[in-house]
Amino acid sequence: MDEEVLLLGSWGSPFSRRVEMALKLKGIEYRYIEEDLTNKSPSLLKYNPVHKKVPVLVHNGKPVVESLVILEYIDETWKDHPILPKDPYERAHARFWAKFIDEKSSIAGFKACCWGEEKEREKAKEEAFEKLQFLENELKEKRFFGGENIGLVDITGNIIGYWLGVFEEASGVKLLTREKFPKLCNWADEFVSASAIKENLPPRDKLLATLRRRLGGANASK
Amino acid sequence: MAGEVVLLNFWPSTFGLRVRIALAEKGIKYEYKEEDLSNKSPLLLEMNPIIKQIPVLIHNGKPVCESLLIVQYIDEVWNDKSPLLPSDPCQRAQARFWADFVDKKVYVASRKVWRPKREEQEEGKKEFLETLKTMEGELGDKPYFGGETFGYVDVSFIPFYSWFHAYKVLDNINIEAECPKIDAWAKRCLQKETVAKNFPDKKKVYEFVAQTRKKYVSA
Repeated sequence: MDEEVLLLGSWGSPFSRRVEMALKLKGIEYRYIEEDLTNKSPSLLKYNPVHKKVPVLVHNGKPVVESLVILEYIDETWKDHPILPKDPYERAHARFWAKFIDEKSSIAGFKACCWGEEKEREKAKEEAFEKLQFLENELKEKRFFGGENIGLVDITGNIIGYWLGVFEEASGVKLLTREKFPKLCNWADEFVSASAIKENLPPRDKLLATLRRRLGGANASK
Repeated sequence: MAGEVVLLNFWPSTFGLRVRIALAEKGIKYEYKEEDLSNKSPLLLEMNPIIKQIPVLIHNGKPVCESLLIVQYIDEVWNDKSPLLPSDPCQRAQARFWADFVDKKVYVASRKVWRPKREEQEEGKKEFLETLKTMEGELGDKPYFGGETFGYVDVSFIPFYSWFHAYKVLDNINIEAECPKIDAWAKRCLQKETVAKNFPDKKKVYEFVAQTRKKYVSA
């Protein structure tokens, strides 16, 4: 079978890195193209005309976009090392938490750190703590959200496991503390040490410098 | 597969309507419970403690939340008839993409039409129509978004048609004129019993939207 797998991505994007983590976990070889998001390539605009964003997975010439959609596609196409459970209820449960992280936790975390006035920041921090608490409770005694192995929720949670820490350092605002969220902190440690993940994290210094530059521009958009 | 199925819903909700249509497509009998969102029931708060929203599907006592996740769950459990998602992974990815577009772009833009300030309203209307035109482009000349058969994207999008009458009367947005293919597609969907039987009355929806807006604007 002709298996050309191409990924259009961006080195610092957690969404792009999620796809790389999944591909690595499943041992799938792919060709990577780094996109300059300030000067989008004709390929990117052709493969993702609606959103014009990374990541874009191109499999045998056909594009798949939106990181969570790509993750499900990868899991359905390459069956080794599944990242979603087999049982429909467990699947719905995993999708719920992935959606929760994607839509409710990460934005709150970043808002608290970088955007808005002081008053808005306090409110955003409270919201972020509430969301992180839900995740802390969901983790229970599991090693990963996926159980013994890294799954969809863990991969989606890369934003919390790694990027949040960098945002915290860039802004001086601490959210994910060990006293408040011991389980989540342990999870983050385990997550970033796993080999498929470790190899796909952007260099911390480079990410920090980029974020500091953006924050330095005040009220930076995402 | 069989077992007790309960749906917690709020009748004008476009998200709840997705689930009702999916259940009907699969011929699933269920108990319907109407929620008062200004006074959420203990059952709702117990079954969806995180988001505290409808719709919630309770299957054999276990809750599934978030409308698109519920529709996928229904499709996976009751997989013996009327498949909603295609079997090919690439086509499934396309279907998920467009359902996600409805949530992140069409729905979000439709809320901007409500803004109290006139210029913001006009901007909101423009954005909303643009998202509908994008959907129209995706539909093309197909009878349904799913191709020859009614599918996942159709289920995800058709409920929004129940609010189009309200947008026409309240906001002067004439979707029939601006997006004729979408209008034709919606009318085609409404010929299906599973959709028509569950669709709320458009005048009732209009009254509900008009009333809710008054509260929103004066808040």
